[in-house]
Parts: sequence; C-alpha cells; structure tokens
Amino acid sequence: MAGKIATRAAYGEALVELAEKYPKLVVLDADLANATMTKGFAAAYPDRFFDCGIAECNMTGIAAGMSTCGLKPFTDTFAIFASGRAYEQVRNSIAYPHLNVTVVGSHGGVSVGEDGATHQCTEDFALMREIPGMLVCCPCDGNEMKLAVEALLNYEGPAYLRLARPATEIITDEIEGYKFELGKAATLADGKDVAIIATGIMVPIAMQAREILAADGISARVIDMHTIKPLDNETVLKAAKDCGAIVTSEEHSVIGGLGGAVCELLSEQNPVPVVRHGVNDDFGRSGTANAVMEYYGLTAEVLADKARKAISLKK
Amino acid sequence: MEKLYGKDLAIMATKARLLAVSAVHNASSGHPGGSMSCMDALTTLYFNELNIDPANPTWEDRDRFVLSKGHCAPALYSVLALRGFYPQEKVMELRSIKSHMSGHPDMRHVPGVDMSTGSLGQGLSAAVGMALAAKTTGKTYRTYAICGDGEIAEGQIWEAAMAAAKWKLDNLCAFVDVNGLQIDGRTADVMPSEPLDKKFEAFNWHVIKIDGHDYDAILNALKEARETKGQPTMIILCTTKGKGISFMEGQAGWHGKAPNDEQYAQAKAELEARLNELEGK
Repeated sequence: MAGKIATRAAYGEALVELAEKYPKLVVLDADLANATMTKGFAAAYPDRFFDCGIAECNMTGIAAGMSTCGLKPFTDTFAIFASGRAYEQVRNSIAYPHLNVTVVGSHGGVSVGEDGATHQCTEDFALMREIPGMLVCCPCDGNEMKLAVEALLNYEGPAYLRLARPATEIITDEIEGYKFELGKAATLADGKDVAIIATGIMVPIAMQAREILAADGISARVIDMHTIKPLDNETVLKAAKDCGAIVTSEEHSVIGGLGGAVCELLSEQNPVPVVRHGVNDDFGRSGTANAVMEYYGLTAEVLADKARKAISLKK
Repeated sequence: MEKLYGKDLAIMATKARLLAVSAVHNASSGHPGGSMSCMDALTTLYFNELNIDPANPTWEDRDRFVLSKGHCAPALYSVLALRGFYPQEKVMELRSIKSHMSGHPDMRHVPGVDMSTGSLGQGLSAAVGMALAAKTTGKTYRTYAICGDGEIAEGQIWEAAMAAAKWKLDNLCAFVDVNGLQIDGRTADVMPSEPLDKKFEAFNWHVIKIDGHDYDAILNALKEARETKGQPTMIILCTTKGKGISFMEGQAGWHGKAPNDEQYAQAKAELEARLNELEGK
C-alpha cells in the first residue's frame, strides 16, 4: 500500500466497505460527519446513519438503546466529546450494562492542530481505560484501522476506538508477518537494548526513532500496542525481560494512558525502567499539527532521547 | 394474561405498593415516595398495555420499557414480580449484597428490566434508541419510558426530546411523573419545570395531561398515544408523592428514606385495609 492516509479517513472507508457484510452496523454522529469521515457511510447508507446533532450525551444513550435491540452502533464525534462530555453516559448507559457499542473518538491527541486545547484530547485513554469491561483501541495507520474496524464489528461489548486527524504513513502493510488481533500487540521490529511500546500515530514515529538509535548502535524493539485495554501483558513482560528497559510513546498525557498501563503491570511483575513519552500533564495549544507535535516533543528525536534515558537507568 | 381494568388494576397496584414498601423497609433504604407516585401508571403498563412474555423476557418483538427515574426500582421490581417475571420473594432482596436486586435496575441481572438506569436523564435517550431501532429494522414493538419531574432538569432529557421528534417516533410513549417534589424540596423551588405541557408541545411532542392515579385516564391516554402518528407522545401524570401511604403523601422527606418498624406497620395496615376494601372483604 504505502503512502499516507489519516486513520479517520481509513475508518470512514472501512464503514462503507464493511456495511453490506455487517447489516447490523448503524452509525451515529453529532454534527461532525465531515470531520469524523462518516459522511461516506451517511451518503451510501442513509437509513443506517443517524445525525444526532450537537448532543453527544444523547447520541451515546441512543446508541445504548439501539444496541439492546440487536443493532451494532458506532458513535462518532471528537475524542474530547466522546470520552469527556459523554463520559458518564459511556460508563452508565453503555459499559455498566456491557452493551455492544463502539464509541469512536476522532481527532484524538494534539495533532488536531489549529483548533487548539478545547478540541485536543489527551485524556481519553485514561478515562476509557478506567471503566470496567471497556476495550480501548488506537490503531497506528490506515491499514491497521481497517482491520480494527472489522475486528470491532465482530467484537461483543463496549469499546472505544481512537482516530487521528492528520494523514500519516502507512507502515503495517509492509511488515512481514504482521497480523491484527484485538488485545494482541504487533511487534513491528525486533531489538534487544530497549523496547519502544507505542500506540496510534506514535508508532510510525517510533519506527523513525529506531533508525536514529540504530545509527548510534542501539538496537530498539518497536511494539505497536494498538489495544491499550486489555493490555497484552505477555508481550510487555517479554519486552521487559528481553530488553531490560522500556519507553512508552503516545499522543496522550503521560498520566493514565498507555504509559500508565505499562507501569502498572511492570511495577508489580518485573520493575525494569520505564520512561513515558507523551504530553506532560498539560493542555494542548493551537498551531499546525506538525508544529504542535513538535512543541510537545512528540517527535522521533525526543523519543530516541527517552530511549537513551531508559537504557541509562538499567541497573 | 387477561388485561386488567379499573378495580382490578387498583387491586394490583395496591399489592405492588405493599410489596415495594416492604422491600424498602426490609432493606432499610430505598426510594418509596416516587415509587408510590408512579405505581398506578406502571401497573397499568404491565397489566394492560405492554406486549410482553414473562416466560421469555428477552423476546425480541416485545414492547420495551425504560424506568428513566431508576431510583424507583422498588416499584418496577414489585410490578415485574407480580407480572410473573420472578417470585415475589426476590423483591425482598432489594439492595442486599447477596443479590443483584440493586438500588437501581440492572438489566443484566433482573429479568424483565430492558435498560439499566439510575443516573438521571439517561433513560429517555435509551428509549429513543429502542424506538429508533424498531423503525430501522421494521419492527412493530412500542417503547415506553417514565421520567421524574425532578429528572427533567437534566439537559439530556431535552436532547432526547428533540431527537424523538426529529425521527417522528410515534412508537415512543413517555411519561413524566409530576409529583412536584424532589430531594431538596418542591420542584417549583429547586428548579421550576412548568409549564411542562407547553415545553413538550414546543419540542413537537403530542402531550396529554392527566390524573396519574386515574386508571381510565391512563388507559385512554395510552390509546391516544397509540393512535398518534408522526410524533412521540408525552403523558404528563399529575401525581401525589408517596400515594397510598398517608404519612408519606406529599412529603419530600420520603423521597429516599425507609420507614422504621412502626411506620412500616402503619403503611402495611393502610394498604391491607385498602386491599380488603377493594376486594370487598
């Protein structure tokens, strides 16, 4: 495949491509169909598309009700509204009764860019991960996104799926032996000195960081942790054992997300050094996506530095 | 089951009141006031209106019911037991650590409960989703919901109200149980909701305002709702909080408080006397 596509665009394509095969799929949006990329589905399947207007809490509740009647709703809005505004509706109306709804948060992280802090969400993994029984997934590229959407259509239960706004490199289609399974991390490149466990659009950046480190003679493993919950404990523990140092990388707060999940596991089972790469307890800000990513240090260079730091902490 | 009318509904509602107040007393906790105010509508739904099968609680073509004011679980649990979804003894497990008869209804564990509720404002959205699902899949089942008049201060209720009108959900019939009281006092003081009829009319609902303790009025309103096409129906129930138990009637203090032994004995005596009177004993 190669080339670039935004994971939100791949998501929108997947909905259309899979609609016939999965007749129970219905899509709900909250006046953002042009941005969340559900517009293609809306045009192709108008009887299965429900624009709920700017009312995310109600959209979440409607999806809950529809799922009790055998439909498979995907709700779509920005991550901040899906996981923040409608948090308690996700918790009480969807997750508590363990309903079969996929809550989709588009425009996750700070790569939203120009819209700034109110529309950038760096807390969604933490918020969703905390809810009992909730699956949390953040695919790393367009190829993986399409596989994730189909996997979620076959999944029974509450799930959160995060999409990103900017077009990013497709990498998983050229990885030998790559396959997608919810809850099972994909090791994209092997290495022995440090393991970079990344999610979402930080995964292609982690592959670049691996090249930077290789130039210094450092061998880095890159793990694509597309499913943050349930965490693939086995792959994390193996990385800790094999490499002895871990870096987590996410377009999310360093508090409570992938970094938090990895630290929770390793502190109890194999406390090797873990350095968390992400947004350091801060709100986002306006700028182009690239400028904002750079401002928060969400770059291959900074990630490589974090890896060096993790290695230096080894006993 | 043969549909109940008039006096037979009154007898069943009185039995349900007795069961509900017994469960709250036994648990030393729960919400008797609002359970009593919505009991006549709830009994009418389950013993006359709803197309359901207690032997097959997840029957896919059944009518749906959502208790949006989920704290009135004692009322719903009692009516479901009397309707045959489970034995009456199960209602006495209300709020017990040994049981799934939670303080607020849990659809995963209580047969006949179509939606888990309790966080106010959320149930009506779920009911809209159920009605919308019927329209989408070509099913003819109907969806019903009961909200509280304190509950409708939640903004999500009005989001749901707009959506139900947008999709012309004439297969949805909701109630507001206007008992005029909530935890902090009179609804008119805490957050005035009137004129409720005009508000829902302005949201493009068909509105019917009735005495919420008059079975014939409830049945007529339900019939009118079924015959209303192109818009959802809101039945505004003018009720008395604590209805049927003299010392609870019209008292906000009985929103979420269990009667002590003495008070329970009095409540029981009053309801039993009413039952005897209705049954002509």
